[in-house]
Parts: sequence; structure tokens; C-alpha cells
Amino acid sequence: MIHTRQLRRTFKSRRGPVEAVAGVDLDVLGGQTFGFLGPNGAGKTTTLRMLSTLMPPTSGQATVAGFDLRREPGRVRERIGYVSQEGSSYEDVTGRRELVIQGRLYGMGRAEAQRRAAELLESLELVDCADRKTKTYSGGQKRRLDVGIGLMHLPDLLFLDEPTTGLDPQSRARMWDEVRRLRESGTTVFLTTHYLEEADALCDRIAIIDHGKIVAEGTPDELKRQVAGDVVLVGTDGPTERAHDILKGQDFIRELTEEDGALRLYVDRGETAMPQIIRLLDGAGVTLATLSLHRPSLDDVFFRKTGRSLRETAA
Amino acid sequence: MKLLRDTWLMFHRYFVIFISNPAWVIIGVAQPVLYLLLFAPLLKSLVHIPGFPSGGAYNVFVPGLLIQLGLFGASGVGFALIAELRAGVIERFRVTPVSRLSLLLGRALRDILTLLIQSLILLGLAIPFGLKPTAAGVLVMLGLVALIGLGMSSLAYAAALALKDENSYAPLVFTLSLPLLLLSGVLLPLQLAPQWLQDIAKVNPLSYAVTAARDLFNGNGGSPDVWKGLAIMAALAIVGIAIGARRFSRAIA
Repeated sequence: MIHTRQLRRTFKSRRGPVEAVAGVDLDVLGGQTFGFLGPNGAGKTTTLRMLSTLMPPTSGQATVAGFDLRREPGRVRERIGYVSQEGSSYEDVTGRRELVIQGRLYGMGRAEAQRRAAELLESLELVDCADRKTKTYSGGQKRRLDVGIGLMHLPDLLFLDEPTTGLDPQSRARMWDEVRRLRESGTTVFLTTHYLEEADALCDRIAIIDHGKIVAEGTPDELKRQVAGDVVLVGTDGPTERAHDILKGQDFIRELTEEDGALRLYVDRGETAMPQIIRLLDGAGVTLATLSLHRPSLDDVFFRKTGRSLRETAA
Repeated sequence: MKLLRDTWLMFHRYFVIFISNPAWVIIGVAQPVLYLLLFAPLLKSLVHIPGFPSGGAYNVFVPGLLIQLGLFGASGVGFALIAELRAGVIERFRVTPVSRLSLLLGRALRDILTLLIQSLILLGLAIPFGLKPTAAGVLVMLGLVALIGLGMSSLAYAAALALKDENSYAPLVFTLSLPLLLLSGVLLPLQLAPQWLQDIAKVNPLSYAVTAARDLFNGNGGSPDVWKGLAIMAALAIVGIAIGARRFSRAIA
């Protein structure tokens, strides 16, 4: 659905050209929900704007929804929907009118656009406010309308730029359901988000961009395994020095840190590492107080790949 | 065909927004009406000065007021565009296959409609004061106002898209429109001006529109100055559309 090769975008600045996107290769298959993560200024929005025809790439190739992005942006536009971060409705227009004109701009007849608008208002639970100006909408209602506008012409591919930023937990859960429904209906979704648990919960695949380059790509599970493996926390009775000495230098342990009087071990597979740890410590006469296994979160992945925590950059 | 359809859809959108708040017609026409009530009477004692055009104070002043209406009315349209830009509406339209030119034309046509309504209100109000229009003169005059509206609002939209911010757009518009107004001969005929001022005014396209407008209201409808005014305003409209349309199709970062 999306294939890019060495996609680049350079901006001119006073201090010379700045490479916002420095050769991005992406492959998003039809039907997938694809998460695109990155700190602010990493090239996330620029990539999204290029893929949605808003900004021409400086160089590189891309096909989006089956058409060449640079040669046939018009054909691409017919097949994609785009929900920007800023929103997309005007305060002095009713939700229904926004939907209808959107459909009409894609060539629908008046009756068809009205029928489709009514259908979306129903499924997005916007019937009650459909004929009110959007300035009266709540944040969640506005965001659902944005999604509706993007879906009006039944696109094969929907771009969602931070669909849940600024929403309360309830509206966020509502939006997650909507994205899952899109997935079930076969629509390909390309979403950016600042929330790693969101990417984890919704996405089939994830790519992380930093300094204009893809630094990690894969399924959420692959990424977690690839980067951090599992985390085992070891607590001992008394000081941890002896345990530290015994475990240090074991090849199944990738990294060992000490934290709050416990040892934090990064291992490839926690399930097999735990019995080994028990045997080693038991054999040396060290008494284990606690032993626990933790799955790394995407936060760990993000931190390892970019050196920053996503939440710090989310400002 | 697609251009016509898309332009109609856009015009319809902005027309609906406009009639949901028709107070703007009145606000827009308030300023020229104040000139009509509080300034035009001063001219009555000036009509006998050598060089003052013939036709009476109101027949000289009101045509200029219509040009002023076109200038000020159209230059303010950028504010609504900036609001829409900020709301993400323009981005959203640019992702659809809609014709880029129609994004400009649909809006500009709505602005022209507003201007024509305001012009008719102003003309109606001026008649009791002593304006004596002719039907043909008014019709060509409205065409002239429409061309000014098309040119000026296209340029205003281009400026709004380039600046993206009311705080830079407003000073630009006010800084540019005042000299355009003063150098057009709207308030007092340029025939009264010293030669150097008349020379500067020749660079201002609106001064030709004002001359054309006065001829239209004073029985010189067929004069070459009328054609000149119309041609220059048509050229302004074409240039404005070219610049505006380019802005709408370019990336808005």
C-alpha cells in the first residue's frame, strides 16, 4: 500500500540545507495498521505530508495506494484519506455539511454524499450534534468528525496524524475502537502517535524515525525482543555484591545494572534465563529474595533507539 | 468542467458560511456609509473650485466610494482564510482531488457577491443625497467593482497563505491599502493635486478605476478612460488569480 525508497526532503535554512527526511524506506502492506513513531522534529510529519501529497519529496521513490507519488499525485489523492493533527473542520460549519462537501469534492453526487454522511454520523455517534456548528463540539466529537471526513470517500488508505493527542481517556478508548474497526473492514491505516501503548495496542507493525532516518522497524513484539529482550529483576537478602559478581560475565546476560537494591538484568529470553539465574545463585549459596520477569515496553525500545524517552519529547 | 463544479461547491460552502452571519455585509458597508454621511457634504462647497470634475459632489464622490469599498472589503478577506488554515481545513482540501484554482475562485466569487450587495446598498443610500445614476452606468460600475474584488481578494488570499498569521497579515494590509486609497483620488479628485502627486498616482492601478467610475456616473460612459479602467482592473484580476492560485497549490508548511 505504501512503498518508499530513499525518500528525502531537504529544507533550505539560513545555515544551509537541512535534511528533514534523509532517505526513508517503508513498506506498508494492504490491511495493516502501521504505526509511525518518533520524537518531535524527527521527520515524522514531513514524511506524512509527503506521503499524503501535501509536499513533494526532494528525491526518492514512493508508491502510495498503487500510484507513483511524484508522477500521479492526483490518483493517489483519490484513494487516500488524511486526518491532520490540527483537525479539519471549520467552526462555523455543521458536521453534516463538512462531511457532505468532502464527499462532493471526491465526485459524489449530492444524494450519495448525504447518504454516506448519514451513515458515518451514525457509526461515529455524531447524530445528535450533526446539524450543529462544530464550534459547539467536544474534543472527542471533533476528532471523530475529522476521522469521518477522512473516511467519507471510503479510502483504501487512511493517514491519522496523532489521532488521540489531547483527548480524555474515554474519547481515546473510543478512537481506539474506531481504528480497530477500520482494520477489520480492511482499510490500511498509517498512524503517528506519541503514545507507545497506543502503537502497541493498535499496530501490526511499527517504524521509529529519528533524525530523518528509520532506526527500527518491525512488529511491536519483534521490536521489543530485538532491542531489549526481557528484563529480569533479582532481589537478594542483604547486599547485592555477591550476586552481581556471580552474574556478571554470564553470556546469556546482555546487560546488568543495579537499581534500588535490586539487580536489573537484560536477557534475550526471560523464560530460560530465570532457571539459570536460580541455579547459579543457589549454587553459590546466595539467598534469593525476589525474582521477577518483565516484558520490555515500547518505551524501552524507543529509549534505546533514540536515546530519548518519547514522553519527554511529546511536549 | 471539474473546475466549474469544484468552484461552485466552494462558492456554495462559503456562501452558506456567509449567510449564517450576514452582519458582515453591514459592517463592511458601514465605513463607506460614514464617508457618505460625514465627509461627502464637505465636498459640496468645493464643486466650484477650478479643476473639480463636473457632475455634482455625489456623482463625483460615490463612484470613488465604491472603489474604496472594493479595496477595503476584499483586503479583509484574508482573516477568514487564516482561521481556516489554522483549523486545518485548507490542508484537508489540498489532500482531496479538488481543483486548486477552485479553492481560490470559489472564495473570491463569494467575496464578489458580498461586494455587489454592499455596492447596491451604498448606491441606494446615496440617491436621497443627490446621486443621479444611470442604469447602464451602474451595471458597468458593478462589473468594475467585481473585477477589483476578484483581483484584490486573490492577492489578499495569497498574502494570507504566505503569512499564515493575523499579526503579520493585518499590518501588511493596512499599510498597503492606505497609500493605495490616498493615491487613487477617491477622497478628493486627483485633478486638484499638484503634478508630482498626479504622477505618483499614475502607478496606482486603482486611480484608473476611480477615473473610469466617475466617467460612468457622469455621462461619459463611452470614454476611453472607462475602457482603460476596465482593462487595467481585468489585468489586475488575472495577475491576482495567477498569484493566488499558485499559492493554493504550493506546499503550505
